[in-house]
Amino acid sequence: MGFKEFCFKKSLWLFHFGGASCNNCDIEILDCLTPRYDVERFGMLLVGSIRHADVLLVNGSINQRDKSRLLELYEQAPKPIVVVAIGACGCTGGIFAEGNTFAGPVDKIIPVDAYIPGCPPKPEAILAGIVKLLNK
Amino acid sequence: MAEQLFYFIIFPGLLFAAVVGALLSWYDRKITAWVQFRKGPPLFQPFYDFFKLLLVKETILPKYGSKGVFLAAPIFAVFGATISGVFILLPILGIETGFKGDIIVIFYLLTIPSLTYIIGALSSGNPLAALGGSREMKLILSYELTFILVLAGIIQKAGMSISLNEIISLQVLNGAFAGSISGVILFHVFIFCIQAKLALVPFDSPEAETEISEGIMIEYSGTPYAMIKLTKYIMFFILPAFLIGLLWGGLNFEGINILWSVLKILFVVLLLTLIRNTNPRVKIKQAVRYFVVWMNLLAIIAIVLSYFGL
Repeated sequence: MGFKEFCFKKSLWLFHFGGASCNNCDIEILDCLTPRYDVERFGMLLVGSIRHADVLLVNGSINQRDKSRLLELYEQAPKPIVVVAIGACGCTGGIFAEGNTFAGPVDKIIPVDAYIPGCPPKPEAILAGIVKLLNK
Repeated sequence: MAEQLFYFIIFPGLLFAAVVGALLSWYDRKITAWVQFRKGPPLFQPFYDFFKLLLVKETILPKYGSKGVFLAAPIFAVFGATISGVFILLPILGIETGFKGDIIVIFYLLTIPSLTYIIGALSSGNPLAALGGSREMKLILSYELTFILVLAGIIQKAGMSISLNEIISLQVLNGAFAGSISGVILFHVFIFCIQAKLALVPFDSPEAETEISEGIMIEYSGTPYAMIKLTKYIMFFILPAFLIGLLWGGLNFEGINILWSVLKILFVVLLLTLIRNTNPRVKIKQAVRYFVVWMNLLAIIAIVLSYFGL
């Protein structure tokens, strides 16, 4: 592993995009930043601007309106960027998969590097997904 | 010439100040984590952040903005922070005596990073960045008067001496200024000025992360953002060092004194961190009012007290 890749993996900054979510996944993502799970020990921070982000966390079902916004965010992000789909809706569409306004799961819109299924995934599952991503 | 270059680039200048500042920034994040019962980041986290931004990430230029100014602003910020760091650290570390009137020069040089943030933010063409820039401008207008009143109080305590080296040697002879009543008040006001200069939490409305998405920094990515991080690391070291030099007898790196000097810096940064962790963000109106009314009043009281020798 080169120096550049090492630095990148040691300091992943997260940007959180919630689609048409039921808010359960949002709450579980925020759980990871709280004292009990604390992802800052891996150098991860939640940032406010997509320009600073290294990881784009996407959760919730993506409907027609979210689609253009998600694409816009992905294009505005400085590369390299890692995309993580969180929750059943982000990975496959979940119970919204046959809905009228549903615009396809996340990997039909932008390339996805890691999937964390669950409805909602537990914080432990999100941490396990992150560790797998770090060891990839 | 070679000696000057060494001063500016390696020893008290860019490299040394940046490394110490990065370690202090780790200390700040670790204390923050402990206050919130978390574990906190590893020791070299600021270096990982810096090298990731510098080497790995792509730089994106705004479409509707002035690209040259946008890219030049962070470089001028690093330049301003480094040059004021050299003028502060040379007398404090006892390498050179500096020149007469260097406090005034340092006072002007310390505003360069904030000014360049404003210029960079306004040239990016982003409405949120413009909002952050206007807030930073109001913040500068409010704390600069307080800062110059604090400096006036210190100059009066030192018997109208305007050289940092003379102020430090006076304190080494007669005891630190922070030991008197007016000194304690000046110390308090100075701490809040540093808090506003570094845009830490009670006064972080220019780069409010949750409110206007990091405001003045919103468009920066990649190498320019790494330069801004570097400026922040340097400022995080030189401002506490300036405070210690002016009010707490300077730093001494001979024998056992080195421990005492390190503890002084860690204590000042601990104060800044604890203030930042136990306060909410104030509105820009409240921040202006806080400085213009209350902090100026305290500084003037301290000047009057020091006139009577207290």
